[in-house]
Amino acid sequence: MEQNQPQYTGHTTTYVAVWLSLLALTAITITTAGMHLGGFSTLTALLIASTKASLVFWFFMHLKYEKKLFKIMFLIPIATLTVIIGLTFFDIGYR
Amino acid sequence: MNERTHVSEKHFDYTGSKLGMWLFLFTEILLFGGLFLLYAVYRSLYAQEFHNAAEGLSTTLGTINTIILLTSSLTMAMSIATLRQGKKNSSLVLQTATILLGLAFLVNKYFEWSGHIHEGIYPDSPQLLSRSHGEILFYGLYYVMTGLHAIHVVIGMVVIAIMLWLTIHGIVSGKNFNKLENTGLYWHLVDVIWIYLFPLFYLIT
Repeated sequence: MEQNQPQYTGHTTTYVAVWLSLLALTAITITTAGMHLGGFSTLTALLIASTKASLVFWFFMHLKYEKKLFKIMFLIPIATLTVIIGLTFFDIGYR
Repeated sequence: MNERTHVSEKHFDYTGSKLGMWLFLFTEILLFGGLFLLYAVYRSLYAQEFHNAAEGLSTTLGTINTIILLTSSLTMAMSIATLRQGKKNSSLVLQTATILLGLAFLVNKYFEWSGHIHEGIYPDSPQLLSRSHGEILFYGLYYVMTGLHAIHVVIGMVVIAIMLWLTIHGIVSGKNFNKLENTGLYWHLVDVIWIYLFPLFYLIT
């Protein structure tokens, strides 16, 4: 099994930088939630949450260093959820 | 005889093992995705009630738990990196830290939930049922989604504890770290789910 392992062993500095970014984004999302942006507040919160999730997937979960197959496969549940949520709101919006 | 032993030699598919873990995580994403869909629909139908109900949640407790889980993801990722670099003891400390942070998260959750229950806000409670339809739905989703998430935290802690034992006994090592890596993937996904739960329940304005 040692032969086909990736060379990448993880860099502590990268991990700490990602962790600090995640904490900073948490502070930003709390601040923007207090700004009463109205209809945009949910969108902003979801965008910040998705940025945080991407950082976790990309660096902590090593998606960045994985084979192309992993990256393509990851799009499948995301696409499925997008379609399901999209179609549901299309239904609710025109009732 | 010699050839036979060669044939039966243990084969391990590193990529396949990780691929299987990711496939499992996809089913987890869809499991929580269904609940997020319910949340999205009801929030769009009962925007004002969701806003009123969310006032009852403590942003401070939610923020502390967010910081705890983000930090536990750091210790988890670093426990794998240090093990691969041959620093077994550092990895053991980091794995233990991850379990303890998970425990801190649950202790917080316990105080949070018992606070609500003390105020008479729990599923099917007379006080909750006397509130508006949207608020009942909000707290129903709150208990189901954070509860299911908390169960995932417990499972993650148990699996990390098993990894700790396997690392101590050298079964999981710098050359054989696949089990710990897959455990890490699970733990990070639990963190990702909380990243979405936090703004959707604690930061509604």
